Amino acid sequence: MTAAQGGTGSDSLEKELTAFLTERTGTEPSAEQDLFSTGVISSMFALQLVVHLEDEYDIEIVGPELSMDNFRSVRAMSALVQRLQGAEDGSRAG
Amino acid sequence: MSDAPTLVKCLVWDLDNTLWQGTLLEDGEVVLPDAIRDTIVALDARGILQAVASKNDHDHAWERLTALGVAEYFVLPQIGWHAKSQSVKEIADQLNFAMKTIAFIDDQPAERAEVAYHHPEVRCYDAVQAAQLPSLPEFSPAVVTVDATRRRDMYQAGFRRTAERESFSGPDEEFLRSLELVMEIKPADDADISRVEELTLRTSQMNATGVYYSDADLRALLADPEHEVLTITLTDRFGPHGAVGVLLLGYHERVWHLKLLATSCRVVSFGAGSILLNWLIGEAAAAGVHLAADFRRTDRNRMMEVAYRFAGFTDDACDCLTGLPTAGTDPERAGIEFRHLVAGPRPVPTTMRVTAPTLGRATSTAEGALA
Repeated sequence: MTAAQGGTGSDSLEKELTAFLTERTGTEPSAEQDLFSTGVISSMFALQLVVHLEDEYDIEIVGPELSMDNFRSVRAMSALVQRLQGAEDGSRAG
Repeated sequence: MSDAPTLVKCLVWDLDNTLWQGTLLEDGEVVLPDAIRDTIVALDARGILQAVASKNDHDHAWERLTALGVAEYFVLPQIGWHAKSQSVKEIADQLNFAMKTIAFIDDQPAERAEVAYHHPEVRCYDAVQAAQLPSLPEFSPAVVTVDATRRRDMYQAGFRRTAERESFSGPDEEFLRSLELVMEIKPADDADISRVEELTLRTSQMNATGVYYSDADLRALLADPEHEVLTITLTDRFGPHGAVGVLLLGYHERVWHLKLLATSCRVVSFGAGSILLNWLIGEAAAAGVHLAADFRRTDRNRMMEVAYRFAGFTDDACDCLTGLPTAGTDPERAGIEFRHLVAGPRPVPTTMRVTAPTLGRATSTAEGALA
């Protein structure tokens, strides 16, 4: 189920994340839309979102990385995934 | 405080020669002994849910349960020809209960073994024990609350809600609005405490510390001007959800110390936890104080970590934390960390109406004199 091998381009990442959110929330967000401003993202969904990103992209999101800013929009999540994937590849190489 | 009993939250009944005497498909006629009927009624009154896992024709068996006058006592009947371990899992998943809170009763050793093999945490009982179940400690909650006596009704209303949600094609937010949710936050009184004590016992996913506060612990704080004990109830157009949350706050000059925040798993998908937390943050902002929430990681409460982090709490140090209790001053605080937030105003929720008191030491009591 992992789409993450060798890193993922930001366009396809944003597409996948948009599809996931559309399926789970019933509305299609734009890449920059603030997902939290309306308070519709429940604690349960927030956790599902975190676990989904971890499983799908083989990353771990812990501590300060769990900040809302990293999940505020499709674009922010895409950037988070790429950053954490990069960090992991770096540490494996070194 | 931590060796609280693991109560059974749902008992799953086999039918043939367990709930009733006889085998429906072979004997045609089956009999419900009075002792079994008494057990069903007693457990129901204690707020223990009851379900069915039976290998039978669904309509035939359900018709018989109805004729015997007990069908209304059961939720999520699983009557068919699949493995009972699968039925038990289906029931646990739909109720969002951990396996260790499920019990299973069946006269067939092979059926009990099959369930135990797949779900070792499920407690299995032989049919001959049926009449004694109400006397066992795991079926004996210390207090039976208003909510417990109508728990079955609340779950059945919940299933109607779920069915409506599944047939609703618009965005989730619109669905939530259509429920006409009202959250009431209020200072706890004596009667509320037994309802919320049960909540801290029954709720593990949504307890930020895993610490169990007893009836006596909470009751002792009701009149304390340094503390605020709040209960949260939720209602919608399908009816009441009952007491769904408890919040224990310690007042300090520069910071409010959030010692306990437990919300029911039943209302998580309505965003109740986030809305409650946002309300508290707004109150702290209005009072000009920071918030410090106790947090201790357990193997079930990652949702709370995410909820705090997403609400803006961090593990950064702050001067305001120096006056708060630590593991050094109170050994029971071992392993508990602070999650800290400089509170700012929060948007009003769009999916729920909230009624709540104004928080702050000065308004919570007339006794005012501070140590």
